[in-house]
Amino acid sequence: MENKDNLRAPVSQKSLTVEKPTDLTTIGGTITVEINEKKVSVPLGTTILEACKIAGISIPTLCNHEDLCVAGVCRICVVEVEGMRTLQASCAYPITAPMKIKTSTPMVRKARRNIIDLLLSEHYGECYSCFRNGKCELQALAKEYGVDSYPYGHVDKPKYEVDNSSYSVIRDMSKCILCKRCVRTCIDLQEVGVLEAIDRGDKTHISTFLDKPLADVICINCGQCINRCPTAALRANDPSDEIWAAIDDPTKHVVIQTAPSPRAAIGEEFGLGAGHSMTRELNTALKRIGFDKVFDTNFTADLTIIEEGTELILRLYKALVKKESIALPQLTSCSPGWVKFLEHYYPEYIDNLSSAKSPQQMFGALIKTFYAKKAGIDPKDVVSVALMPCSAKKFECNRPEMNSSGYKDVDYGLTTREMARMIKEAGINLPEMPKGDFDNPFGEASGAGLIFGATGGVMEAALRSVVEFVLGVKVEDVFANANIIPLRGFEGVKYVEIPLGEKMGPVPDILKHLVPNWDWLKGVTLKVAVAHGTANAKKVMDNIKAGGKFSECHFVELMACPGGCIGGGGQPIPTTPEIRKKRAEAIYAEDESLTLRKSHENPHVVQIYEEFLTEGPCGHLSHKLLHTHYTKRGRYIA
Amino acid sequence: METKERKGAVLFSKYTRGEAIKKAISKTREDVLYELRESKLKGRGGAGFPTATKWMIVAAASSDEKYIICNADEGEPGTFKDRVLLLEYPQLVFDGMVVGGYTIGAKYGIVYLRGEYEYMKKSLEDYLEAMRKDNLLGNDILGKKGFNFDITIRMGSGAYVCGEETALIESLEGNRGEARNRPPFPVNTGFMGKPTTVNNVETLAAISHITIKGGEWFRKHGTDKSTGSKLFSVSGDCEKPGVYELPWGTKISELLELVGAKNTKAVQVGGASGTCIPKSQFDRTLAYEDAATGGSIMIFNESRNMLHVLKNFMEFFVEESCGQCTPCRIGNVKLLEGVEMIEKGEYTFAYMNQLKDLGDTMQVASKCGLGQSSPNSFISILENFKEEIFNGNGGHNGK
Repeated sequence: MENKDNLRAPVSQKSLTVEKPTDLTTIGGTITVEINEKKVSVPLGTTILEACKIAGISIPTLCNHEDLCVAGVCRICVVEVEGMRTLQASCAYPITAPMKIKTSTPMVRKARRNIIDLLLSEHYGECYSCFRNGKCELQALAKEYGVDSYPYGHVDKPKYEVDNSSYSVIRDMSKCILCKRCVRTCIDLQEVGVLEAIDRGDKTHISTFLDKPLADVICINCGQCINRCPTAALRANDPSDEIWAAIDDPTKHVVIQTAPSPRAAIGEEFGLGAGHSMTRELNTALKRIGFDKVFDTNFTADLTIIEEGTELILRLYKALVKKESIALPQLTSCSPGWVKFLEHYYPEYIDNLSSAKSPQQMFGALIKTFYAKKAGIDPKDVVSVALMPCSAKKFECNRPEMNSSGYKDVDYGLTTREMARMIKEAGINLPEMPKGDFDNPFGEASGAGLIFGATGGVMEAALRSVVEFVLGVKVEDVFANANIIPLRGFEGVKYVEIPLGEKMGPVPDILKHLVPNWDWLKGVTLKVAVAHGTANAKKVMDNIKAGGKFSECHFVELMACPGGCIGGGGQPIPTTPEIRKKRAEAIYAEDESLTLRKSHENPHVVQIYEEFLTEGPCGHLSHKLLHTHYTKRGRYIA
Repeated sequence: METKERKGAVLFSKYTRGEAIKKAISKTREDVLYELRESKLKGRGGAGFPTATKWMIVAAASSDEKYIICNADEGEPGTFKDRVLLLEYPQLVFDGMVVGGYTIGAKYGIVYLRGEYEYMKKSLEDYLEAMRKDNLLGNDILGKKGFNFDITIRMGSGAYVCGEETALIESLEGNRGEARNRPPFPVNTGFMGKPTTVNNVETLAAISHITIKGGEWFRKHGTDKSTGSKLFSVSGDCEKPGVYELPWGTKISELLELVGAKNTKAVQVGGASGTCIPKSQFDRTLAYEDAATGGSIMIFNESRNMLHVLKNFMEFFVEESCGQCTPCRIGNVKLLEGVEMIEKGEYTFAYMNQLKDLGDTMQVASKCGLGQSSPNSFISILENFKEEIFNGNGGHNGK
């Protein structure tokens, strides 16, 4: 009946729903219910809410979310079931027998209206001063139900102080309606467990450990709670005012790098359906807003592949040939939410994290060194902005070690939502923009960098290069069309084995100073794994800790957010499995449309090793600018 | 342990420790269930669900682990009959649990003891230890091969909502005390996700008698729909407050006379979550089909201010709502604010009607019994005492 994988979450809040039968033709497998006198047949265990959806009847919801377990606490979705004295929460009621349901009776309408009025009586703030104005689920319901007054009053002063201690997530609990989506996101979906309801009755509120500021607890800044908050109780720490100020300052040279995931999702903020890539429209819009240069983060994603791939080869060489004790599997470090998760929960594995910086931070370091020099600009006058799908990137760019250029490498991390607002504020309708190009000297990047946005993408990008480096063959000869399908899709944890065989290629020039030949990889089976969402990351890490199959892996890709960066905490709201799927499809389609699809073939990458990072990947300058170190944080915070 | 002799035809009738266990294990589970069904016993916590049905579902469930939980959270204001049973008649309660263990096939019983009753934990544990020594608990109980059962006592922490069976289970599992969504019900998915029966202290005590004396004997007491007798915790304006065993169907007026209540204006039947009955309705009977109660009877005489009584109840619910569902968490606050408005004389009848409307919504839309019953007093007191509340004292009532 229930899934008890995770003992931290109350059983009741996990999935106390009836398991749906696999074979619907068995007796009782399908049940016919009557909704508003319309008959509809549904599989056993379908909730009333799902059944209504099938019947084409819309039911309002607030606490319900597709990604989360059932709560049944807001009560807005109540319906009447014949023979029952009380109304039933349709999101929480599994159908196990034929029943007659009515979704719009006087009792139901009165209850819904009362519930909305009650919520509004405690919800602080006016809509026009709220960043979720027009995108707030409570506001939408109030509109739908014709709220024109506050029969139970309306609070005129905030109940709680705004917690803006975190670089990433701001909590304004006076706007909280206690739907507990954030709690379920943090505990169940991400298994971080920073947020929980405390106290009872009218004093109930969502709290952190000992009510400490968010910056002082073990929040990983993933922002998944923001994506699921129906109101503005949770939001990202928005730097757009500072960015406008920099743009308006003639002495500042403001550059922006754009990551692939925001480009695949930002159209949603402009009324497009999910899955429309806006990369080139965005290039034009950003120039019109006033950014001096627009760069493609995929360039440093390509660079990450070279640096991180080289690091992996070096680790394997040390382990297999020199028999040194070296930390394996190597774990990716692109996702700052995941990195902080590891620092808190698995600090003993800190040496397994690739020392390669994330693409954002690599770019930051290069912009204020390589680029500034080339463009003849004093790096102190460069303001470097990063458009990211992510709230944790805001924390990442503020990490004290991220100043290897001598300045703060990346000044501001900006989310997709914030970018969309800036564009709208400038009076630009993004989908109508003519297409524009990225600026040199970094220019266009490869499709390998592009697919970083979806779970499995970093691994696929890495393998496209590793296969060609080591086997000396075209990746297309091994994987049709260079698409490494087993690494794609939304399965929580993926595991792939690639036997390298006996036939090795020549060592490419770029690596010649590091390894003499590939003979030592003969007969080796490369084992890799991919996990997305920290709950899945936890599964992999616990398995590694217990010496399970993942401890045999060579390389593991881990992303903090469900679906990878396309499902990031800075992405447009709402997020659902369906939306994430479409965003990923947009990214893979864009990759497929490019001719350049391998990181090592990116001419700008080749050029930067020739001109600037002349000691090659993992060389001295690389280490200074493109690699970093981590902090063993642990779980106990003073 | 006190040995005060109490009078009563059913619960307080003669009983020897272990008797019911002996009788039960000499029969089949089906036969024990049969007697229980014949007795038509309904849950004594207040909700009145047929106990035999509950046990049958758990007995029929195929699971290697099942639990029987004794709900001794006794949190309803004005109830103290479970305290009497646990202190003076623990044999009835524990034997009832063992009979339950045998009947439904549970190996473990848990007593969820109200936090404030911690003082009796030691003596109850000593009592259980004595039962173990006499093989009334443990392995192969009284020589019945394969019948293993034991009882542990777990403490509540003072939340009223944990008397609600699913919140109680959450609390036992170490979580925040909050009601679960139903279905699924505890009989299918209860403690640790296993089939579980949660029974009130008094229900279990009644079962011990039923097992010995049979369902037909039990049914002779009470009314057709409310069989047996009931323990009433009587408090308030009367000469002889205390716990009384009376058959279901007793009139309120009869009870008032028995306990020496004079100049009674109102009786709150069923505690804070119950209804307030005015003098004009004192001929109503105490029964599931009329004035239902888990046992709490509070008597108010002419000197009492009913608005103060109501305010007291509403303050209780504002604090004791678990806070998870909207109607209960905010609704009770609004009802309390309404009472305060009346107190100050700053109200409109339109708003009072709006609040009654809200009360209706809370009764049908709240997640658990707490929120569903919390407006009862508000609705019944405003309805039954509107003269006093709205017209008395120049509109500034109670001042």
